[in-house]
Amino acid sequence: MKFDRLIQPLVFSIILVLFSSSFSLAQEDLSHSWFNYHRVNMLVFLIFFFAVIIIYIERAKVGKSLFIRRIAGLDAIEEAVGRATEMGKPVLYISGIEDVDNIQTVASMIILGNVAKMVAGYDTPLYVPICMPFVVPIAEERVKEGYAAAGKPDAYNRDNVRYISSEQFAYAAGVNGIMMREKPAANLMFGSFYAESLLMAETGLATGAIQVAGTANIHQLPFFVVACDYTIIGEELFATSAYLSKEPKLLGSLKGSDLVKAIIMVILALGAILDTLGITHFASWFYIE
Amino acid sequence: MRREVPIVICFLAGLSFILEYFIPHQNIRPFFENFRQWAIIVIAFAYVLGISNIVRVNYHVIQKKGRDWIYKIVLVLGLFFMIIVGIFFGGIREGTIFFWMYNNAYYPLQSTMFALLAFFIASAAFRAFRVRTFQASLLGITAILVMIGRVPIGENVWKSFPDLVEWIMNVPQLAGKRAIMIGAALGAISTALKVLVGLERTYLGGE
Repeated sequence: MKFDRLIQPLVFSIILVLFSSSFSLAQEDLSHSWFNYHRVNMLVFLIFFFAVIIIYIERAKVGKSLFIRRIAGLDAIEEAVGRATEMGKPVLYISGIEDVDNIQTVASMIILGNVAKMVAGYDTPLYVPICMPFVVPIAEERVKEGYAAAGKPDAYNRDNVRYISSEQFAYAAGVNGIMMREKPAANLMFGSFYAESLLMAETGLATGAIQVAGTANIHQLPFFVVACDYTIIGEELFATSAYLSKEPKLLGSLKGSDLVKAIIMVILALGAILDTLGITHFASWFYIE
Repeated sequence: MRREVPIVICFLAGLSFILEYFIPHQNIRPFFENFRQWAIIVIAFAYVLGISNIVRVNYHVIQKKGRDWIYKIVLVLGLFFMIIVGIFFGGIREGTIFFWMYNNAYYPLQSTMFALLAFFIASAAFRAFRVRTFQASLLGITAILVMIGRVPIGENVWKSFPDLVEWIMNVPQLAGKRAIMIGAALGAISTALKVLVGLERTYLGGE
């Protein structure tokens, strides 16, 4: 049975949790050790998390229906693209200023593919200014793929995916320039943003574009909330690919991470209660060196 | 093979970074260090892609004498000028042409862009603190309390003002922030797992 094999890591995780509690957190030289025992709790968590996700993916594969709550910001993407089409103006997609080693950029590239497919279906131009050169070929491929999936490979214009600059404010200036010149009717900003977030979002607001933004950088969220019509907050950015594609394996992983989130909430509440009562041993299991 | 090879490379690379976190042995550390160096070298080569993209996109506009084509010439000349002086005229050390250009042309431009943020923050704050709904009222009142408590006059008005601000920042504010952080971290781990094991392969194209 497949499920039996999947349950094994869970059992293993529980054993490791019990095992980990026997280790002290005293400082010691680990340069001759093949395993950092102080991080066993992190290993347990990773194994448990991965196991839960795989279990849910398997459940989704066998056809079990999984409910995903409505995310207004993601529904708004189609609305924004539709508005741009009605106005005969382009759509601007900004993928943040980090390289592909940042998982938010990877998530952004996944969303870009879906947006490109949507945009191609409406015959609306799509501009994608890029900050990091490594992202350029991936963005080109995603947009090209989106156009091909919509059955309009000839409508793909390679020059619309543009490398601007790897410097934060030079990039912001370049993007703002595109906003002011091209006057896109929809600005979609998904990825990792820093101080340039408000520069771009406020400029977009000034041009009258409908704006949808999403980032997991919490310090930039207030800026997006203030300046954008819809904001996708933190984890929702990573849920986007599953939400838009409705692919069972992706939906399964989403449900898996939701379950782990619920477990973490229970642990947090339990830890807070036990710590308040003076029982600190439970909380010590979760310290990471 | 076009899809399998990148997935295998991605898995092995991701796995090595996970193992690095758990294996402290001195004999294996150089391997991880080398791996990191490879990544830096590969990323450095990506700048060739960036430059080729800039040249291609702007060349098409210049060739057709499209909109703002004069500026495109300035952009491309500026790009190559900096590359040439950086490589052939003393590098990027202090006292070189590159260094002078960076400090006297690029740096002020960057500072100007950053300075614009102050005006944008003011306009954004004006919109955010308009009291129109119950939530906006809460936000506005909290913001005013925090601002007053963070300046000396706050303590003069009421001695415990700074303590109230500390409580707002350390309890409700931090709780909300950490909730978003935990959710985002789980989402990131989940996405990373999907990418590592090849469940999420749309970024490779050709799906």
